[in-house]
Amino acid sequence: MRYWVAGCLALLTAMSQLAGQAGAQTTSTLDTVKARGQLQCGVNTGLAGFSAPDDAGTWKGLDVDVCRAISAAIFKDTSKIKFVPLTAKERFTALQSGEIDVLSRNTTWTMSRDTAAGLSFAGINYYDGQGFMVKKSLDVVSAKELSGASICVQTGTTTELNLADYFRSNKIEYDPVVFEKLPEVLAAYNAGRCDAFTTDVSQLYSIRLTLGNAADHIVLPEIISKEPLGPVVRQGDAQWGNIVRWTLNAMINAEELAVTQANVDQMKNSKNPEIRRLLGLEGEYGKAVGLDADWAYQILKLVGNYGESFDRNVGAGSPLGIARGQNALWKDGGLQYAPPIR
Amino acid sequence: MAVNSEPRKGPPQRNSIGIAQWVQENLFGSVGNSILTLFGLSFSVWLVWSVVDWAILRAVFTGSDGSACRIEGAGACWPFVVHKFQLFMYGRYPVEEIWRVNLTYVLALAGLIPLMLPGIPGKLWLSIYMLVVFPVIAFFLLTGAEWFGLPNVETEKWGGLLVTLVVACVGIAASFPLGIILALARRSELPLIKWLAIFFIEFVRGVPLVTVLFFASVMLPLFLPENVTFDKLLRALIGVALFSAAYLAEVVRGGLQAIPRGQFEAADALGLGYPQKMGFIVLPQALKLVIPGIVNSFIALFKDTSLVLIIGVFDLLGIVQQGISSDAKWFSPQTAATGYVFAAFVFWLFCFGMSRYSAWLETRLDTGHKN
Repeated sequence: MRYWVAGCLALLTAMSQLAGQAGAQTTSTLDTVKARGQLQCGVNTGLAGFSAPDDAGTWKGLDVDVCRAISAAIFKDTSKIKFVPLTAKERFTALQSGEIDVLSRNTTWTMSRDTAAGLSFAGINYYDGQGFMVKKSLDVVSAKELSGASICVQTGTTTELNLADYFRSNKIEYDPVVFEKLPEVLAAYNAGRCDAFTTDVSQLYSIRLTLGNAADHIVLPEIISKEPLGPVVRQGDAQWGNIVRWTLNAMINAEELAVTQANVDQMKNSKNPEIRRLLGLEGEYGKAVGLDADWAYQILKLVGNYGESFDRNVGAGSPLGIARGQNALWKDGGLQYAPPIR
Repeated sequence: MAVNSEPRKGPPQRNSIGIAQWVQENLFGSVGNSILTLFGLSFSVWLVWSVVDWAILRAVFTGSDGSACRIEGAGACWPFVVHKFQLFMYGRYPVEEIWRVNLTYVLALAGLIPLMLPGIPGKLWLSIYMLVVFPVIAFFLLTGAEWFGLPNVETEKWGGLLVTLVVACVGIAASFPLGIILALARRSELPLIKWLAIFFIEFVRGVPLVTVLFFASVMLPLFLPENVTFDKLLRALIGVALFSAAYLAEVVRGGLQAIPRGQFEAADALGLGYPQKMGFIVLPQALKLVIPGIVNSFIALFKDTSLVLIIGVFDLLGIVQQGISSDAKWFSPQTAATGYVFAAFVFWLFCFGMSRYSAWLETRLDTGHKN
């Protein structure tokens, strides 16, 4: 018996040492990715506009474009990616265990996630938040007008708490109609059991398309919670974090400078120093993150700027038709603001 | 009385022969029966009519995206299935390599059909082909063989019916022999073997498959050193095979227990060794008895393949669901129903096929035990 225990203990010690060694490995993620010849990118198993295979099976979406942009910056090619579809529960384990290099899966940036568990957020590619959808026939244009309205909401979620907070702080009476599961909430709203329906805005837009006539429903402009979604990397590899962060920043800066997929080649002749720095014609910004000088040019040429990616995946150019809103550039009254490349 | 005793002449009354009589006796025999008949009849008509109305009359057949299906009162959205058919069948398997999957199906059928039909000679060679040659060919065809000019196709690109069939077939092929061995081991007189088999079977039966798959995908990577990862599909295959083996072992054990002691003793008296006794006398009888149970297990396994979705492997149902819930291009009120009906139909085809084959096999092998 005693030998058994000793044996088990020895085995455990050996395993923990092995794990410790694995954690202490200091090879850079960039080198690993280059040696492998492939970026391993964790995405959602399927979320409209963010990551979903199209009819031909090609992954498309706003989150997918982040992966493609990173691949473009490293390999000058958007196809050298292994997409790993992950469920919400698997995502952090997959990143920690090295199964993926970057997690681009509509993950909300919160303090607990950023500080614990060895994760590090690299930016925000979509500002989501809780909103309301109502029937157009109600003639309501603002959530503040929902006084006395019955509102369908999923119970046991932060959605329900946010709803209560918002109406209490605005001193509006309302009548919550709660359900256990999202499809039930949806069915109730569709059957007319409540006047409004609340969940994250990005979901409201996709749900709208599954209702009888999408044009009969509108999403109200009020956003009552903060859900900043962005790509996540493993903590401890500053260079890799920089690559992901500046990939996103380059796409946002390019939109601000009006550099698009179509005009990026002409822009190479631009006299604007900001554009020249972005496209790698001046300075050594590529080298600073361990990439070639034309890293951002490749991103823009192969994927496009942030506005283009937004438009074709979730915005006006897609069936979802999500308004830019908070995701507009800071110049246009939104929150998308990238530090300058200089 | 006198009137009744007089023999009737001419043909029998219309309502005492054929269908008319049967209908009157069985469907309208009493007031209660008549009410039930009318109710059942109107219910069936209503049901058939709703299905036809939804699937054909009000259905949308043409269109290149969901907008065609977003009209008021539209029925099934068939273009969704048409445009996604390749995705549903092969997943994201590269288009130019799909012939490899089709070739694998053809090779499988070429072995299976003559093996399953009676009266075709060379069963031994066919079995060797199916059990040894075919799995090797299929493995290299599907995953790739660079040295043979077949580019590698990672399993994360597999999906749809391909994954369903791979998981189900590997599960069935691996669990059948494993299940028989476990059943024999559990009845063994050697205590170590017996207790190991009992432990394995009871352990596996005590844990849901979902838990095992979840453990393999979420916990296992944490214990392995960094950058050491198992193929996801392989994890699912091992999990499903071991699982099904434990259930099958109990089914086979039921068959073994039904064989009278006399059969064992007769085999012993003939001087047969253990392998011969089991292989020639006991197992052929035992397995035949439990065909319904075995097929039951296989059908359950076939349907359980859908659970691999929780580890991010997309079987037929998973990939249909993914299309329904995440491709904004196809969003419409009826997309979900259409997708699920299609998936259900494909599953039904396979499961019904299996159950019919088993029924036929039972009749063919019947030697009087049935009644």
